[in-house]
Amino acid sequence: MPEPALSQRPMHGEAPPGEPRIFHHSFPATAMAVRDALRSALARFIRVMTEEEAGTLELILAEVLNNIVEHSYRDSGKGHVTLSIVRDGRGLSCSVSDDGIALPPGCLGPEPSNGSDRPDPESLPEGGFGWFLIRDLATDLGYHREDGRNLLAFRLPIAPLGERRTN
Amino acid sequence: MNLSAEACEGALVVHVGEARLDAAIALRFKERMREVTAQPGGRVLLNMSKVEFLDSSGLGAVVAVMKSLAPNRRLELCGLTSNVDKVFRLTRMDSVFAIYPDLAAALEGGRKYA
Repeated sequence: MPEPALSQRPMHGEAPPGEPRIFHHSFPATAMAVRDALRSALARFIRVMTEEEAGTLELILAEVLNNIVEHSYRDSGKGHVTLSIVRDGRGLSCSVSDDGIALPPGCLGPEPSNGSDRPDPESLPEGGFGWFLIRDLATDLGYHREDGRNLLAFRLPIAPLGERRTN
Repeated sequence: MNLSAEACEGALVVHVGEARLDAAIALRFKERMREVTAQPGGRVLLNMSKVEFLDSSGLGAVVAVMKSLAPNRRLELCGLTSNVDKVFRLTRMDSVFAIYPDLAAALEGGRKYA
């Protein structure tokens, strides 16, 4: 069953009062619904991130969610995607689940540090950048398939509030 | 898809009037670009100053447009906002496009290298 469009649970833990900690959103697998999900997720955490971090979060989420729409659900427009983001002391912990087809092996790829998995610009690639960007920008990327469900998890480090550096 | 084109100093300037060039709009962007570049002409300057967000689908669409114009016409870019510029840099696609800070610089660049 689809969950409510935007449910916000009570805040708890060591974060200061009023600081957003949890985002949970389930939505239909369409590109327009992804836009709405991105807008909601960004609005939730915009106050605890720099502009740069917000841009990175939006890009990673867009790549992950649109990948599910296009490949996991094969652009059928059918199916749901569930996105959860939890803020902790180190940054944002994101998990995304869907009931589409399995992620092909190799998407998680080699360590981004070696850089060799980037599509070659000289070949003028029109695709293949999505997973490169995800691997490059996210940390602790993990994938698990269980009972016909894809579960992808990753982290985005963000600077703690009050310790912002401008660079 | 908000896209407008004007002839300017021998170039076709195409203004992207969308805040997002993403998976939801990539296909329509390619179609509209095909329409506005249907007439033969010189260089094509894509003014992206209104685009605040570009994902890999949007990037792929820009690359596809460049390839469809080649070899007779060059697609050049100007007015990249910080998030858009970042995607070009991370993917190293900034190395295959002529990218100008703004439209004036792009037109100036065209005069210089014409």
